[in-house]
Amino acid sequence: MIFLKLILTNLRRHRIRSLISVAGITFSVAAMLTVVTILQGAIGMFSRILSNDSEIIVFERDVSDLFFSNVPADAAAQISSWSLVAHANPVLFGIVSSEGHPIITCFGVTSTDARIQKAEWLQGDRSSFAQHADGVVLGTRAAKFLSARLNSQVQIGHSTFHVIGILKTANGFEDGGVFMPLGSAQAFFHKEGTSSVITVKLRNKDDAAIFKEMVRTKFPSLIALEDAEFTRSYSQFRILKATAWAVGGCGLLLGGLGVANTMIMSVFTRIREIAILRVNGFSHAQIGSVIFGESAVVSVLGAIAGLSFGTCFLDALKLIPALDGYVDTNLHPLLVLLVLLLALLTGVAGALYPAVYAVRVRAVEALRFE
Amino acid sequence: MRVTLEFDGAPGIALRAVDLWKSYDEGTVSVLKGVDIGCFEGRSVALCGPSGCGKSTLLHLFAGLDFPDRGKIWVNGVEINPRSNLLQLLRHEVGFVFQLHNLIPDLTLAENCLIPTVAAGIDRRTAKARLQELAERTGLTHRLDHRIQKLSGGERQRTALCRALMNRPKILLADEPTGSLDEQASGAVFDLLLDLVAAEGVTLLMATHDRSLAMRCDRLVEMHDGKIHEYAHA
Repeated sequence: MIFLKLILTNLRRHRIRSLISVAGITFSVAAMLTVVTILQGAIGMFSRILSNDSEIIVFERDVSDLFFSNVPADAAAQISSWSLVAHANPVLFGIVSSEGHPIITCFGVTSTDARIQKAEWLQGDRSSFAQHADGVVLGTRAAKFLSARLNSQVQIGHSTFHVIGILKTANGFEDGGVFMPLGSAQAFFHKEGTSSVITVKLRNKDDAAIFKEMVRTKFPSLIALEDAEFTRSYSQFRILKATAWAVGGCGLLLGGLGVANTMIMSVFTRIREIAILRVNGFSHAQIGSVIFGESAVVSVLGAIAGLSFGTCFLDALKLIPALDGYVDTNLHPLLVLLVLLLALLTGVAGALYPAVYAVRVRAVEALRFE
Repeated sequence: MRVTLEFDGAPGIALRAVDLWKSYDEGTVSVLKGVDIGCFEGRSVALCGPSGCGKSTLLHLFAGLDFPDRGKIWVNGVEINPRSNLLQLLRHEVGFVFQLHNLIPDLTLAENCLIPTVAAGIDRRTAKARLQELAERTGLTHRLDHRIQKLSGGERQRTALCRALMNRPKILLADEPTGSLDEQASGAVFDLLLDLVAAEGVTLLMATHDRSLAMRCDRLVEMHDGKIHEYAHA
């Protein structure tokens, strides 16, 4: 109890300074949570696009980005004919701009694709898809920002397309995208005879290993990965995740510097007390524990406040239409634990120098300190 | 003049220093210049002398808070040097009372007194019983839950005394323990100090300017210019 009071006493004594320090950790944790959650949301959405009614994705081996992947059409045809495959759908990804909208994601898909067949069509008739080369279907968000309705004409890139339907999906990427017949997309992006990926559904999930081996043997330039495997290994996802954690880490580092500053001030202002504790038999470890305890309290309070603040902020972001689908406010316990742990480590690291300084205090000299 | 002590090496000596030299500022300020001193167990010794003569430095050396440039120190027969178990010394062998009470203002009287027991890992019940015993002896029972800011100067110094004796040290080092008090409070605290020392069988080495108080100790030692000049039975 007394030990705890020794830890808390300086925080109570300098409330404003303590509050600023806690706020530093709070904003760092909230920033980390927001960045990581949004990026993970984006990755999750992209993964869901690929795993839409499929469990395996086939694409060009060693490609840095799926947008650069070229899978020959005959590969899709052959894979579809394999007995262990329920269905295989080639998908072509492309990015195009239109007036006022620098980035529009286009999906070149076949009429049997799950996106066309299973999505909720708000306007238009799904059977009309791929009947005409210039007929496109828009996600609800794309329809909104392109100010398009059923049967209107939209300018995409240098071409004009006829809107034959508007569909709603739970996926933010898809909802902001344009769906074209595969052939039209190939022509539009000058990728005739190829797709970016083939999404594959097997008749029996247990045949995944056999399927992957078959792809490796028959198409050495292609690679087949199960969805979870792809999410883990895809370099773009890894880069995004690393970036998210790096940005969040920088935020925490700044928070840590705040803690370090507070703890240095704390040690300097209570140097006489530290000497008193030494004279009364406190060991180096006990003195260090008081300092680390103080920083741990700051960090934990900051982390808890940061998690609450971050969650509220994410809830607010969720209301922004442009971020629809990107934000998942159901925080994974592991993420919460990791953020708490990082905040605690930051606090401890910030208290390292002050603690070393404190344990090296010479009681005789410190007792003369006014 | 170097005083040779006839009890050098004799049993029953709680504090002993031989040929102590200590200087500060890279040797430019010499404080102790060959001090020899010894204190028998259970006796009270007053160190008198002008400011800067080295009284406080000598007490700090006995408490292991600082180390001499030359010479040797023993506390209860154990030599004190940087390799000694200084925690054992501070936790169980020696209690220290300063001129300024050096209490932690945000803690209560009781909490301040319990600090040495927390350091030494003494169980809560034993510590509280000891605190109660000392508080009764020093008349502080009614003030146990009061914060330090609410106490008078005399009460603060009595609290410091309690804290120094919490772990039942065999030696009490007191550096001008009444120096910050008025005459009346000073007398009362000193009476209490001598009573406690006698009751607990503690060896007292006390630095003081107040010759009238020093005369009430078993022995009075005069220090001048970093040397011990005379021993006098009070």
